[in-house]
Amino acid sequence: MTATTNRPAPGPITPPAKPNLLYRPEFRQAVYQVLLVVCLLFAFWTIANNVADNLARQNIASGFGFWNRTSGFDISQSLIPYSNQSTYGQAFWAGLLNTLLVAVIGIVFATVLGFLVGIGRLSSNWLIARICGAYVELLRNVPLLLQLFFWYFAVLKNLPGPRQSIALPFGASLNVRGLYLPAPVPEPGFGAVLTALGIGIVLSIAVAIWARRRQRATGERFPVLWTTLALVLLLPGAVYIALGQPLSFQYPVLRGFNFQGGIAVLPELMALLVGLSTYTASFIAEIVRAGIAGVPRGQREAANALGLSSGLTMRLVILPQALRIIIPPLTSQYLNLTKNSSLAVAIGYPDFVSVFTGTVLNQTGQAVEVILLTMLVFLTISLITSAFMNWFNKHIALVER
Amino acid sequence: MADTSRQQLRRAHGAAGAIVLSGVHKWYGEFHVLRDINLTVKDGEKIVICGPSGSGKSTLIRCINRLEEHQQGQIVVDGIELTSDLRNIDKIRAEVGMVFQSFNLFPHLTVLDNLCLAPVWVKKKSRAEAEKTARMYLERVKIPEQALKYPGQLSGGQQQRVAIARALCMNPNIMLFDEPTSALDPEMIKEVLDVMIELANSGMTMMCVTHEMAFARSVADRVIFMDRGEIVEMAPPGEFFSNPKSDRTKHFLSQILNH
Ligand SMILES: Nc1ncnc2c1ncn2[C@@H]1O[C@H](COP(=O)(O)OP(=O)(O)OP(=O)(O)O)[C@@H](O)[C@H]1O
Ligand SMILES: [Mg+2]
Repeated sequence: MTATTNRPAPGPITPPAKPNLLYRPEFRQAVYQVLLVVCLLFAFWTIANNVADNLARQNIASGFGFWNRTSGFDISQSLIPYSNQSTYGQAFWAGLLNTLLVAVIGIVFATVLGFLVGIGRLSSNWLIARICGAYVELLRNVPLLLQLFFWYFAVLKNLPGPRQSIALPFGASLNVRGLYLPAPVPEPGFGAVLTALGIGIVLSIAVAIWARRRQRATGERFPVLWTTLALVLLLPGAVYIALGQPLSFQYPVLRGFNFQGGIAVLPELMALLVGLSTYTASFIAEIVRAGIAGVPRGQREAANALGLSSGLTMRLVILPQALRIIIPPLTSQYLNLTKNSSLAVAIGYPDFVSVFTGTVLNQTGQAVEVILLTMLVFLTISLITSAFMNWFNKHIALVER
Repeated sequence: MADTSRQQLRRAHGAAGAIVLSGVHKWYGEFHVLRDINLTVKDGEKIVICGPSGSGKSTLIRCINRLEEHQQGQIVVDGIELTSDLRNIDKIRAEVGMVFQSFNLFPHLTVLDNLCLAPVWVKKKSRAEAEKTARMYLERVKIPEQALKYPGQLSGGQQQRVAIARALCMNPNIMLFDEPTSALDPEMIKEVLDVMIELANSGMTMMCVTHEMAFARSVADRVIFMDRGEIVEMAPPGEFFSNPKSDRTKHFLSQILNH
């Protein structure tokens, strides 16, 4: 800065006096940060010290030595081979897979139901809008634990016993012990049907790409949905019949007091899936509604003025813009659903928390290790989910400068 | 100049009228927004509508492409009557282009995609053909170089010109404008008005809500003054500005011309 003459102020210009160190923002911020770090370090040190002392006093060996010891307890549902002769490590994986099963299926159900209800709430059809509104208000205002109890004890545990099972189509049956589905048993030649299905899927993707190109080139639209259905259903269906139906079903049959054979879905799993996904869907519906309502009214008017039908307007103009508003809170609903799945403990579904953080911790007493691992597992699931949703948001939903 | 071609066009199309409103009423609940509107717009005619805020100008032109529904009377656009028949509404929307005060471009699409969306999905044109038309109209509104940008990257005047081009891409017979320059800074108003004047000279039938009185003087065939949901006065611009009949018109003109 140089003293210029075109200003009336006489004398040389002095640089503004620096304020006292205490009043400078940079200095204050630095001091606060250092203080925070010191406090955090002290807290961690105290806790770690305390834990080490307590463990030493109770003669508990720390470490993961328990991992390969025999667990000695059973798990009512496992996606991997597991018995009471298996190790604690295998119990960890069995529980984790059970949690992931609920999380993945629950997220799919909740998303589909949530979008339907959310869009339905904005419907111009009075009845549909009211039903969707009532659904949201009811489901999101009753505590989730209560809803799980309702589905488990009031609905599924009140079903008739195996001898009076409710018969469902295709040889399935439902009773107080669970849902019994016929299990498919492939016979020689079934590989060909699967191959046909694979070819059908590849062909329909090719058709979809070709139809898209052709629409860009000539403007003509092609009934992609119908050709896809035909290729994916009829092609393998034809091969299946031509080869003499090389797939048999093992039907669940009543033997003694229960059903044998087939696939059994435990009532605990059903209650958890229904409860979690209907509950989360009510929140997703609100998020979807807010997202659509967040798109300015002028967008719909401009699209209508151009002659786009209401379906095309929703698909090409409103939803792409609404997704930008929807995805961040949707991600946190997915994380909520995953974390809420630990309420499984209350109705006896063997999820990760109930198996590992519950039974394994109780039997081994390795509280620190087990809790740390549990936190690590949920942190990992959460970070992977968020990372995926961020990626989706960046590359698919958010294509705007 | 273009006057003669306009008159020829009008004579060629006879007196049927591109837009015919007869006895149109509309209510928002208890509130009577449009009262007994009678108006015939001939082919190639340019109508400018002005009037105080809340007088129902927007409502009137939004009724013409069914963004709003009228409750009484008859609206016939290009020989098609607007009823709740969805097929008629679709036909009319394909014939009528609309430009809004707030542009309403689709922010998630590039300028080119904004222009191609409706021709491809509604008129089922090929992408190549739609793109060719789109680039031609971008040229006409003098922003061919912005084709691949997103609306958020353009100035207000450029966005409004894109919006005009987007409407033109559907090859409409009639263009509706609802205060197209009201959201713009003064230096951008001219670039949009220039495009509209060029469009008017090309023989397009236009209905335009605006308070740009210079534009009304040079382009309009008739100027309409609306107040409290009624058409109070309707006259060619010369007569309208120099010799207004009603006191309400005089009052309104004195207010806006003194600014
Ligand atoms: N959706 C609606 N529901 C109820 N009243 C409305 C609605 N839209 C407009 N109105 C009312 O109808 C009247 C006319 O509105 P309109 O938008 O047509 O006025 P305008 O002449 O275009 O005014 P401006 O110059 O401010 O744009 C106003 O009093 C407005 O408050
Ligand atoms: Mg208006």
